[in-house]
Amino acid sequence: MNKNPKIALVGNPNCGKTSLFNALTGLRQKTGNFPGVTVDRKIGVTRLDKTTEVDIVDLPGTYSLYPKSLDEQVVLDILANPASKDYPDVVIMVADASNLKRNLLLFSQVSDLGFHTILALNMVDVAEAHGLIIDVDLLSQRLGVPVVLINAKSEEGLGNLKFAIKGELMEHSELPKPVLRLDTVSKEFIQEIKSQFKVANDYLAMLMAGQIEKLRFLTSENRTLLGDINRRHSFQHVDFQTKETVNRYKILGAIADESIRKKDDQPRETFTQKLDKVLLHPIWGYASFFAILFLIFQSIFSLAEYPMDWIDSGMASLNEWLKSTLPEGLLTSLLTDGLVAGIGGVVVFIPQIAFLFTFISLLEESGYMARVMVLMDKLMRKVGLNGRSVVPLISSVACAVPAIMGSRTIQSWKDRLITIMVTPLMSCSARLPIFTIMIGLVIPEKTILGIFNLQGLALMLLYLLGFVSALLSAWVMKKVLKVKERSFFVMEMPVFQLPRLDHVVMAVWNAVKAFVTEAGKVIIAISIILWVLASYGPGDSMEQAEQQVIKENPTLSQEELGNAIASAQLETSYAGRFGHFIEPAIRPLGYDWKIGIALLTSFAAREVFVGTMSTIYSLGGDDDTDTVKNKMRTEINPETGGPRFTPAVAFSLLIFYVFAMMCMSTLAATYRETKSWFYPAVQFTYMTAIAYVAAWITYQAML
Amino acid sequence: MAARNLSQLKLGEKGVIAGFHDPNLALKLLEMGCLPGTEIRLMAIAPLGDPICLQVGDYTLSLRLDEAAVVELQ
Repeated sequence: MNKNPKIALVGNPNCGKTSLFNALTGLRQKTGNFPGVTVDRKIGVTRLDKTTEVDIVDLPGTYSLYPKSLDEQVVLDILANPASKDYPDVVIMVADASNLKRNLLLFSQVSDLGFHTILALNMVDVAEAHGLIIDVDLLSQRLGVPVVLINAKSEEGLGNLKFAIKGELMEHSELPKPVLRLDTVSKEFIQEIKSQFKVANDYLAMLMAGQIEKLRFLTSENRTLLGDINRRHSFQHVDFQTKETVNRYKILGAIADESIRKKDDQPRETFTQKLDKVLLHPIWGYASFFAILFLIFQSIFSLAEYPMDWIDSGMASLNEWLKSTLPEGLLTSLLTDGLVAGIGGVVVFIPQIAFLFTFISLLEESGYMARVMVLMDKLMRKVGLNGRSVVPLISSVACAVPAIMGSRTIQSWKDRLITIMVTPLMSCSARLPIFTIMIGLVIPEKTILGIFNLQGLALMLLYLLGFVSALLSAWVMKKVLKVKERSFFVMEMPVFQLPRLDHVVMAVWNAVKAFVTEAGKVIIAISIILWVLASYGPGDSMEQAEQQVIKENPTLSQEELGNAIASAQLETSYAGRFGHFIEPAIRPLGYDWKIGIALLTSFAAREVFVGTMSTIYSLGGDDDTDTVKNKMRTEINPETGGPRFTPAVAFSLLIFYVFAMMCMSTLAATYRETKSWFYPAVQFTYMTAIAYVAAWITYQAML
Repeated sequence: MAARNLSQLKLGEKGVIAGFHDPNLALKLLEMGCLPGTEIRLMAIAPLGDPICLQVGDYTLSLRLDEAAVVELQ
């Protein structure tokens, strides 16, 4: 633990706290142009000068110190608890300058708690575009705190901000005077709480009185005691808060009016308002939404194909080169059949992941995400979700783990629980490789009606299937849960912004890096284990299999004999025996023991599937140096003599992977967010059950 | 004319907030700058008729119709 002074970033949602955090600390936390991107506290370090380092604590956005959701709760937990390890020495109140009055409400609550506070005005450019000019000196004088103009995105004003932090950290720096006089309650009431709980600050005493249930550091005795004091003084917290908010606005409104000059009184229609007329239009709203989705899936398939082909053939030639250069033996086999084959199955999908994340990042950075929430709220509510569920659902297209954490912005517990339960049904990027391979095997690469890439269309349908089944599952859960809980939507709509290229590039880079390293680690581990299991069998069964093949096929050429031996050995290996063991359970779905091995390995993480297929088919003989897709295409079903991956098998697999819950990290995230093993267990069971039944129906229907 | 509430505004129409029916929701709306006396304008209606987007002061707020119905207009 270091003893650096702690500086907290506090402010309304979507005012640029995390952008400022990134600018100060050099870290790259996720930002976006919609409320609720940050749902937990983040810590980084910045240097004020040669000798002073400070810890910067980034907090979720909130409109007041009266939390309505879990992310807002974090702010109260830290600011109202002097014993918290993140309790700040200085608070930087980040405020959206184009909307100063509303931002000042939280500012005044924070400074009334007795913090050294600095007001950092962000988005001054937006304010100026709205014709607002702010008199910084006057504002600073009236509020009694330093006011600094910053531009968090272009990193302007950081020097002044650091200078102000240093000033506030000095021993003799003065605390701001309270903005609000607490004259709606009696002095004795405040005094009693202060002496009873050894609290120094009047407003903190009032926060404790009003937020008994929300303050998590209070013990149950504390709560009873506080409740008693409240009753004796007949304290009504809703009434107090209402008066407090109105009175604060009165004072702050006057200060804001004094220090803001409007260039013209005529309200002009802003660019955002013009754009909203189209994007929220009864017809054009949905039309543009579907056009955007369509564009995304089309380009994932048609544009990403070129770089994917290069990588695929590159990996194949690398494997070929390794095999011809290195001496034949166990290590070479481990390297080529185990590692390179497994890794090749992953890196091939980098272009698609990059395209997917580019689009998601564009949606998030521009401000369109908030419009989608508005477009979808009514539909979502019908099935027991909430407009805010859209963010977890859409970001789950990338990965369900952060998406499930993102559900913390949803205020109603029921809405949030259902969102968490159905989010993994959205097709995440780990399913993309499986989808791509299977679609490539059975759907012809054709253009229909001139512009539609048939494979891209099939991909979009799979994603839609995931989405629709998420909605249906939510609806069922709503019926089962039967909780009557009021849910709110009330949300601020962000101003549209041109996405910044460096943010998009950074988001894509982080996503690709995470995909390669995280998936890579699992895949390398599983590839090695799988190679061992597939190369060795119990006792001398491997040698016996070889002798058997040689004895039975005396006429085969050297190469054909080698292939036959390899495939017989794979079948008798540990992995092969494992596959055979579960074959009866998966045969109704159309899968053989080789696919069974891949199903088993991908239970920990679905992205392993393609790598496993690649390893199995490399070991099982045939042409070692071919691409994964071609290996699968040429695989023969010994019972029919036809191709292993018939349309029925491929579709059955596709459907299975749309529904199956094959991701340990997601189950762990569900456990973390619901604090119970019951929900992840239900999630795993219901999703796997749907997967099995749906795949079975698909296979039987297509036979 | 009988008192209207916020959910009855027509597209582009302005109103002035008079008060609230629901004290808990009122707190949330007050925090977000919807104070009695504030002028509010209906900017957009989502394609399914709900939620709606309102101009409040210097920003746009999105509310469901049943939430807007809590807000009485002058």
